[in-house]
Amino acid sequence: MLKDAVETKTTYEIIKDSAVEAGLTQLTPERIQTVILETLESETGPRLKAYVNMCVHCGLCSEACSYYLSNNKEPRFAPVAKVKNTIGEMIRKKGRVDNDFLRQAVQIAYTECNLCKRCVMYCPFGIDVAYLMSIVRRICHKLGITPQYIQDTAHSHAATMNQMWVKEDQWIDTLQWQEGDAREEIPDLRIPLDKNGADIMYSVIAPEPKFQASLIYQAAVIMNTAGVDWTMPSAPGWDNSDMAMYTGDSEIMGRVKRAHFEAAMRLKVNRIVMGECGHAFRSVYDVGNRWLSYKMPPVPVIHAIDFYYELISTGKIKIREKFKEPVTLHDPCNVIRGRGLMEKSRYVVNAICENLVEMTPNREHNFCCGAGGGVINCGPPYKTRRMINNKRKAEQIKETGTKVLISPCHNCHSGLEDICHHYELGMDVKFISDILYEVMEK
Amino acid sequence: MDSLFNFVYGPMLWVAFIVFIVGSIYKLGSFLIQTRSKEGQILSYMSFKYGLRSLFVWILPFATVNMRKHAIFTFITFLFHISLLLSPILLVSHVMLVDESFNLSWWTLPDLVADIMTIIVVASGLFLLARRLKPGIVKYVTTMVDYAVLLIVILPFVTGFMAYHQILPYKLMIFTHILTGEIMLMAIPFTKLNHMLLGAFTRAYIGSEFGSVRHARDW
Repeated sequence: MLKDAVETKTTYEIIKDSAVEAGLTQLTPERIQTVILETLESETGPRLKAYVNMCVHCGLCSEACSYYLSNNKEPRFAPVAKVKNTIGEMIRKKGRVDNDFLRQAVQIAYTECNLCKRCVMYCPFGIDVAYLMSIVRRICHKLGITPQYIQDTAHSHAATMNQMWVKEDQWIDTLQWQEGDAREEIPDLRIPLDKNGADIMYSVIAPEPKFQASLIYQAAVIMNTAGVDWTMPSAPGWDNSDMAMYTGDSEIMGRVKRAHFEAAMRLKVNRIVMGECGHAFRSVYDVGNRWLSYKMPPVPVIHAIDFYYELISTGKIKIREKFKEPVTLHDPCNVIRGRGLMEKSRYVVNAICENLVEMTPNREHNFCCGAGGGVINCGPPYKTRRMINNKRKAEQIKETGTKVLISPCHNCHSGLEDICHHYELGMDVKFISDILYEVMEK
Repeated sequence: MDSLFNFVYGPMLWVAFIVFIVGSIYKLGSFLIQTRSKEGQILSYMSFKYGLRSLFVWILPFATVNMRKHAIFTFITFLFHISLLLSPILLVSHVMLVDESFNLSWWTLPDLVADIMTIIVVASGLFLLARRLKPGIVKYVTTMVDYAVLLIVILPFVTGFMAYHQILPYKLMIFTHILTGEIMLMAIPFTKLNHMLLGAFTRAYIGSEFGSVRHARDW
C-alpha cells in the first residue's frame, strides 16, 4: 500500500500565492469584467460557446482525470467541474466575478489541470477541456494574477528568451565546458556552434544548461557517435521551452517561438531536433506555431524519441549491451497524445533495455505525470497539494514493480521524481538518453 | 378544449416545425459562419478522413475505452438515443398523419416495437434522472436546466404512450402529447439538445486534430 499522502492535509483549501494576492489588490470589479468579456469576445469564438453550451453534464470525463481519482472521486476535481467552476461561471455571470472566485479559478486552471487532454478522449463530444482551461489562464494572465513561480519563468522568457535567466555567455560557456569534458571520453568530439547549413539544429530547454548539463554531454556523445551533422545556436533562440504558453502570455510565447524558428532558419538547417522535453514539443509543434500563424512548424521538428528511433533503426547507433534491470516507461502527454510517438518510444526502450514492464493504462491512455502543463512550475506553495493530487499516478507506477522509471520528458521527469520521493517508491527516474548513453557503442 | 386542440394541432404545429427547422439551420449556419470568420484556423485543420474516423468510432457501441468502462451506461444511452430518434419518425400513427396531409409515407415500425422503444426512452430517461440525483460528480454539475431538458425529452413519450393506451382521457393526453412534442422540437436548436446538431462537428474537429496533427487515437 502507498503511504497515505492525504494524512497531512485532507481538506481542500485555497493556497495563498503572493503574486496572485498582489495582483488581486490591483483589480476592480469593472476591470475584471472588462478583461473577461473582452477576452471572450476577441479571442474566442463559436468553439468555446459550443463546448460550454453543449456539455450535458454527463460526468463521463471524470474518471479520465487523475486528480479526480487521486482525491477519492471528489466532484470538484472532475474536468467538467473544473470547467463549471471557472470559465462556466465567468460566462454565466457575464464577467461579474469576485476575488474569491478568481483565487479559486487560478488554483484550478494552473494547478489542478495539466492540460494533458486525457479527458478529451473520454468525452463523447470531444470537448477540449485543456483548451477551456487555457482560456481561463489567458484571462488570469491578463488580469495579472498568475502564480508567482511560473510567472517568474515567463519573465525570464521575456527578458532573456530562455526560461532560466541563463545569460548568453553562460550558455556558450556551458556548451564549451560540456564539450571539453566529453573530449576526455571522445577526443574529437565537438559541439558545433552556429554551423551554417548543418542538417540538424539541436535545441534544449534552459534547465539543461542551468543544472542538468550532463544531458547536453550525453546528447553530444550520441550526435558524435552517430556521425550526425548538427549544430547548436549560440544566440537566443536555443531554448525551445515555453512557460509563457502555460501562463497564458501568448505574446511572449510568440516571441520565444519566433526566436527559436528563426535560429533554425538563420542556420539554414533542415530540421530541429529537440531534447527529451514534452511541453517544449507542444509549444513548437502545436501551440506556438499556431500563434505565429504557421499551420505546422515552418522547420520540421523532431522529438528526441523520434530521433533516437531513427538513429537506432538505421544502425547509426549500435547497442553494446542492453540495460538489464526491468524498467517501466511513462508516456508523456505532449509527445504521445500530442504526437503519437508511443510505438517509437517502445522500439527505442526495447532496443536499449532487456525488460520493459508496461504501466497500466498506457500509450494514449496513460495517466498524466501531474507535473506538466505548468503545474510543477507553480512552485513550492503548491507542492504538498500536488503530491496529494498525484496519488493515482504513484499507484500506477508502483504497480509495475520496477525500480527504474523512464520518462522522456523534463516536466514528467521532475514530477515523477517528486512522486517517487514523496510516496517512497524507491525508483530511479531516467531519461532515455541516460540509458542510451550508458549502453551504446561509443 | 376543442379549440385548444385545433390550435396545437394546427398553427402551433406549423410554428413548432418552422422553429425547429429554421432554428436548426440558423444554429448550424451561424456556428459554421462564425467559425469561419472568427476561428478560421479550425477549418484548416479539419480532415475528412480523421473526422469521419472519429465519428465512426464514437457511434459504435462499446468501441471506445470510456464506453467499455461504463458498460451499463453505454448500453442504456445507446438504446435511449436510438429509440428517441427512430420511434417518433417511424411510428405508424405519425406517418399516417403525414400521409393524410401531404400524401407522403415511409416504412413504419410495428406498433409493438414502437411501444417497447417508447418504454425504453422513458425508462432510460428515469435512469438518467436517477444518475443526476445520486450524490457524486453528476449531481455536483447538474443544474435545473439539465432536469428541464430531460423532462422536455421524456414528456412527449410518456404522454404518447398514455394516449396510445388510453390510460387517461384520450383527448387530454393527445393534446399534451402534441404540445410537449412541439416544445421538444422547438427546444432542440436552443438548448443543450443542440448537441444533436453540433456534436458531430466538435467530434469531427477533435478527431481531425488527434488524427492528422497528434497522430493519436481519440478514443
